[in-house]
Amino acid sequence: MGRYVIRRLLQMIPVFIGSTFLIFFMVYALGDPVAALFGDKAPDPATAARIRKDLHLDQPLWKQYLLYMGAIFQGDFGTAFNGQKVTELMAAAFPVTLRLTLVAIVIEVIIGITLGVISGLRRGRPLDTGLLVLTLVVISVPTFVSGYLLQFLLGVKWGWVRPSVSSDARLDELILPGIVLALVSLAYVTRLSRTSIAENVRADYVRTAIAKGLPRHRVITRHLLRNSLIPVVTFIGADIGSLMGGAIVTERIFNIHGVGYQLYQGILRNNAPTVVGFVTILVIVFLVANLLVDLLYAVLDPRIRYA
Amino acid sequence: MLLEVRDLYVEFRTREGIAHAVNGVSYAVDAGETLAVLGESGSGKSVTAQAVMGILDMPPGRITGGEILFQGRDLLTLKEDERRKVRGARMAMIFQDALSALNPVLSVGDQLGEMFVVHRGMSKKDARAKAIELMDRVRIPAARERVGQYPHQFSGGMRQRIMIAMAMALEPALIIADEPTTALDVTVQAQVMELLAELQRELDMGLILITHDLGVVADVADRIAVMYAGRIIETAPVHDIYKAAAHPYTQGLLDSIPRLHHKGRELYAIKGLPPSLLDIPPGCAFHPRCPRARDVCRTDVPPLHPVAPDRRSACHFWKETLDASHS
Amino acid sequence: MPEPYENAKEAIAPTGAGGAMDLAMSEAETVRADGRGPRSLWSDAWHQLRRDPVFLVSAALIVFLVLIALWPQILTSADPLRCDLSKSQQGAAPGHPFGYDTQGCDVYTRTVYGARASITVGVCATVGAALLGSLLGGLAGFFGGWWDALLSRIADVFFGIPVILGGLVFLSVVTSSTVWPVVGFIVLLGWPQVARIARGAVITAKQHDYVQAARALGAGSARMLLRHVAPNAVAPVIVVATIALGTYIALEATLSFLGVGLRPPTVSWGIDISNAAPQIRNAPHMLLWPAGALSVTVLAFIMLGDAVRDALDPKLR
Repeated sequence: MGRYVIRRLLQMIPVFIGSTFLIFFMVYALGDPVAALFGDKAPDPATAARIRKDLHLDQPLWKQYLLYMGAIFQGDFGTAFNGQKVTELMAAAFPVTLRLTLVAIVIEVIIGITLGVISGLRRGRPLDTGLLVLTLVVISVPTFVSGYLLQFLLGVKWGWVRPSVSSDARLDELILPGIVLALVSLAYVTRLSRTSIAENVRADYVRTAIAKGLPRHRVITRHLLRNSLIPVVTFIGADIGSLMGGAIVTERIFNIHGVGYQLYQGILRNNAPTVVGFVTILVIVFLVANLLVDLLYAVLDPRIRYA
Repeated sequence: MLLEVRDLYVEFRTREGIAHAVNGVSYAVDAGETLAVLGESGSGKSVTAQAVMGILDMPPGRITGGEILFQGRDLLTLKEDERRKVRGARMAMIFQDALSALNPVLSVGDQLGEMFVVHRGMSKKDARAKAIELMDRVRIPAARERVGQYPHQFSGGMRQRIMIAMAMALEPALIIADEPTTALDVTVQAQVMELLAELQRELDMGLILITHDLGVVADVADRIAVMYAGRIIETAPVHDIYKAAAHPYTQGLLDSIPRLHHKGRELYAIKGLPPSLLDIPPGCAFHPRCPRARDVCRTDVPPLHPVAPDRRSACHFWKETLDASHS
Repeated sequence: MPEPYENAKEAIAPTGAGGAMDLAMSEAETVRADGRGPRSLWSDAWHQLRRDPVFLVSAALIVFLVLIALWPQILTSADPLRCDLSKSQQGAAPGHPFGYDTQGCDVYTRTVYGARASITVGVCATVGAALLGSLLGGLAGFFGGWWDALLSRIADVFFGIPVILGGLVFLSVVTSSTVWPVVGFIVLLGWPQVARIARGAVITAKQHDYVQAARALGAGSARMLLRHVAPNAVAPVIVVATIALGTYIALEATLSFLGVGLRPPTVSWGIDISNAAPQIRNAPHMLLWPAGALSVTVLAFIMLGDAVRDALDPKLR
């Protein structure tokens, strides 16, 4: 197990370097951060050169990357061009997005797994078929469409919730955005747990459990669910990273000042340190989430733990 | 009589039509007795056993007729909750492939102990002690250390011992073993069969041994029932059958066992394939493959003719078969 | 230690035979074996698809969508770029059943013309990702060794980039108003998914006895790959590609919505939805029509993918 963790950690390193370098390359080499700084005005060549030097933009790209990464590991994400420290922006934005992601994950887990289990145990019945069709429809409606639709219906037309989120972004305000963010994943979780349950229902060990004379609820919870939910749990774990990255759309719809908002502003203004800093953190979250999923998998399935 | 199956019918609804898996099967097992049910896959031997255990998949399966009398009660009329209390406690089942029949994510100790927790209301701690006791009893070395391990960490033979221990846990009156040694190495097969027979003697249990292998049966079984296309076609004390078959299908099975004194001769194989359960031939289901088939076999279903006081054969020409078999 | 997803597949795969249903099924196969003769995977799949209502409905929808993407004139004679500001945000009128948008353009015409961008991006990106992914994944699986290790790590790098963020960063520096940057980006992030599937299928095929036998008989690498290994990878690649098509269309719309995908004057549902969103209180029709068209299109492709998977993946049947 220990060796496995170390191997996974080592495998993460090239992926981390590759992903962050790609982002770095796109922002610094293909864009022009200094020109962006001056907006529509033509930059004064002397000032531009000074800024280039300060930001190490006169160095070769690989050296810029190394200097940048070196600074990051000392906790210095640089300064946004408006003078704010990028770390300050992060401190304001990340808690909000984390709360939003948390709400989404909870919804995804509770509703998705419940529906999936119900559906899987009734494979082929009308309820199952109905849920399958419903999940397909939900998957097909892009988040930004369902977001505006739910905001319009629940927030504006029927007035059940406030259509936009205050700057505190309290948990109760985040329920509707959380549903919107979770919706597509929720449908996937439903389908995945349904398939898994439906396949495991006919497994030999379930038959054994019935032959042992166990009550039905014990057969389901202790034997069937324990096995069937392993792939579902790993899907949800891996989804944490995608949800945080995908929150950008939801945050824009509900005007939530989280990571997506800051990133969007950074990209619109071509604010290189903000963009690279935020994306780097998100890539780390993504990789760590995937690592945790692998470890969780080993915890849940002894066949891997003792392989 | 411990168990008596009377005129049982089971069918499956499939996309291609109705599969008639069991068509009027009757057999009986007494305490301390071993009945071997012999047949190819699709002969209905496993389905009958699943119906007895009450673990048929319903749907698509459906019991359309018959009775299953166990310790004097018809199991088919019991409510599911009463039926459940019989399962595992008074009759237990041993499955063919222990690796897939045991739950991969629960330790063997948990799976063994569960019997005591559910049926006897024991605490988890006591149940674990019982699990260790059971593992000792089926001669798994270092039971105390291995009780927390998972099925995949055991060898095939050891896993089958765990299955046996699980079936024995509550000292049931009847055990159904569905091809218990098929998935094992030949050397391990004998040990597992021996263990099973020994525990049966000790606890005076009835044992139904389902197999397609005549070789396994000879040493342990008292009686044999041969099944074909969902019917019993011959039933007899084990030694009588080995002396002479009263049904051409049984004869074919006997002839296809390799024997030492036949060395050098070509091994016999029954020609053709077993019939589809969706479309069982009329008359005697075996007639398309039978060397003795005549016109009557194509039209009339042969009843189980009494051949000897304790022996029956569902062949119109059982006498000829028996005579030919003797010579 | 295999990748987690492969483990997941293994864990949810049905274990062992056992089960009376299997018994009945194997009997059914026996009928086929000596009666009608065995069918190949493809003719079997086609036989099932022809009777699958999900497939029929989605295929009909897709044929319709492709037709109007090629010839939008079938449904409208108007020009999607000719707008009349005086009609800004007005509701339905005779000859203009979906009303007008903020610029006074006819929503019906723009909705019809929007199919072209979505279908073009979806199809091109899918073909690109499928070709690149199966080529790289297939080679990695077939040759193994360092080539496989290198490719898997490169694929991991692209997996490591969150899709929408990657799109924002990559596409914000592009100024072209054609569909190609978006297509290129989707191919760039989409190929690893196909490659992973193709690699797995090729590795499985390589272990088949008849492939081992061909190798033992001295078949060359190229011949082995083309004749014995590649055909086994085609079905799983088609399955992932069809499902991906729908999600790529949704992705294009999302990127266009965020302002980095397609750009005007290209007519795109994503752009129209983005423009309509702030006005949803006053003129919801501006949002609902393109949003509905987009959702139906994505649904059609996802349904098609679902049906194709059911037909081509006998394990799930």
